[in-house]
Amino acid sequence: MSATVVHTSAPAHHHYTALGLDSRKVAIWAFIGSECMLFVSLISTYLIYKGRSVIGPLPHEAWTDPTTGQVFKPILNIPVTSASTFVLLMSSLFMVLALAAVQNKELPKRTRGERILGSSKLWLWMTAIAGTTFLGFQAYEFTSFVHEGLSIRRNLFGSTFFTLTGFHGAHVTAGVLWLVTLLAIDYRRGLTSKDSLLVDISALYWHFVDVIWIVIFTLVYLIK
Amino acid sequence: MDTHASMTNLPDSAEAQLHAPTGEVEHAHPTWSTYWKVALILTLITVGEVWAYYLPSFVASRGFVPTLLALSALKFAIVVMFYMHLKYDHRLFRVLFTGPLFIAALTLIALMFLFGHLVIKVM
Repeated sequence: MSATVVHTSAPAHHHYTALGLDSRKVAIWAFIGSECMLFVSLISTYLIYKGRSVIGPLPHEAWTDPTTGQVFKPILNIPVTSASTFVLLMSSLFMVLALAAVQNKELPKRTRGERILGSSKLWLWMTAIAGTTFLGFQAYEFTSFVHEGLSIRRNLFGSTFFTLTGFHGAHVTAGVLWLVTLLAIDYRRGLTSKDSLLVDISALYWHFVDVIWIVIFTLVYLIK
Repeated sequence: MDTHASMTNLPDSAEAQLHAPTGEVEHAHPTWSTYWKVALILTLITVGEVWAYYLPSFVASRGFVPTLLALSALKFAIVVMFYMHLKYDHRLFRVLFTGPLFIAALTLIALMFLFGHLVIKVM
C-alpha cells in the first residue's frame, strides 16, 4: 500500500524506467535502433541494384548513349561530397560542444576561451549552420545531377541514389529544425544544466544522422 | 517518505546512480580536448579515404574495398562511442542500438548473397 502511495505521488514531469533511466532517453535510443533498420533497407536496395542500370548516367563510369552518341561523364563529384562530409563531421563536434556547454552552464567562466566553449548559443548556431551548409551541398549536387541528365526516374542508380540520399537529407532537415527549436528555448529563457537531457536527446539524433552519412559516403561515393 | 519526490532536484547522473541496481552507473563524459582530438582523427581518416580513392593502383587492388569498409566502420564506432557517449552510458542503450544494428547488418549481408553480390567459392 505504502509503495503505491510513493509511486503515485511522483511528479508528472519525470519519466523513469524500472532501471532508473529516463524513458525519453530510452525512447530516442529505441528510435535510433529502428532508424538503423530503415537506412540499412535503403542502403541494401542501393547495393542490390548497383551496377544494374541499363542506361546512364552512371556513378563512376562514363556512358555513351548508343542512339544519340551523347557522352555522359561519371556523375559523382567526389571533391564536393568530401567537403560536405567534412562539414557534417564538424557539425557533430559543434553539437557535442553545445551539449558540454549546457551541461557545464553553472560552472564559472573565467577566461575568454572558457566563455567561448561555454556558450551553448554559439555551438547550437554553428551546428545548425553546418547542417544547413550540408543541405546546400546536397541541393547543389541534386540540381547538377538533374542538369546532367540523372533524375529519380532515369535508371536504377538514379532511383536508389535519390531515395537514399533524399531520406538522409530529410533527416538532416528535421535535425536542423530541432536545433532551431533548442536555440529558440535558449534565447527565450536560457538553457541550463537541468535541460541537458533535452540537448542530449537532440545530439544523439544529430550524431546518428552523421554516422549514417559516414556509411553512405563510403558505400555510395567511394567504393566503385 | 516520498522517495521519488526527493530525487527531483538531482542531476540525471546522480539520479541514475540512485536507481542503478548493480553499480551500473553512467561514467563521466569526455572532456572538450577529447572531443577535439576525436574530430581530428575523424578528419584524418576521411582524408585517408578520399586519398585512397584517387590511387588507381590501390583502387584496382583487392584491398581497396575492405580497407574503405574498415575505415568507415572505425569512424562509425568512434562517433558512436565518444560523441554519442555509448561507451560511457548504460548497457541498455548499447543493447538498444547494437541489437537492431546487428540484425540490419545480417539482413544486408544475406541480401548481398541472395542477389549474387557476395559469393562463397567452393574449390
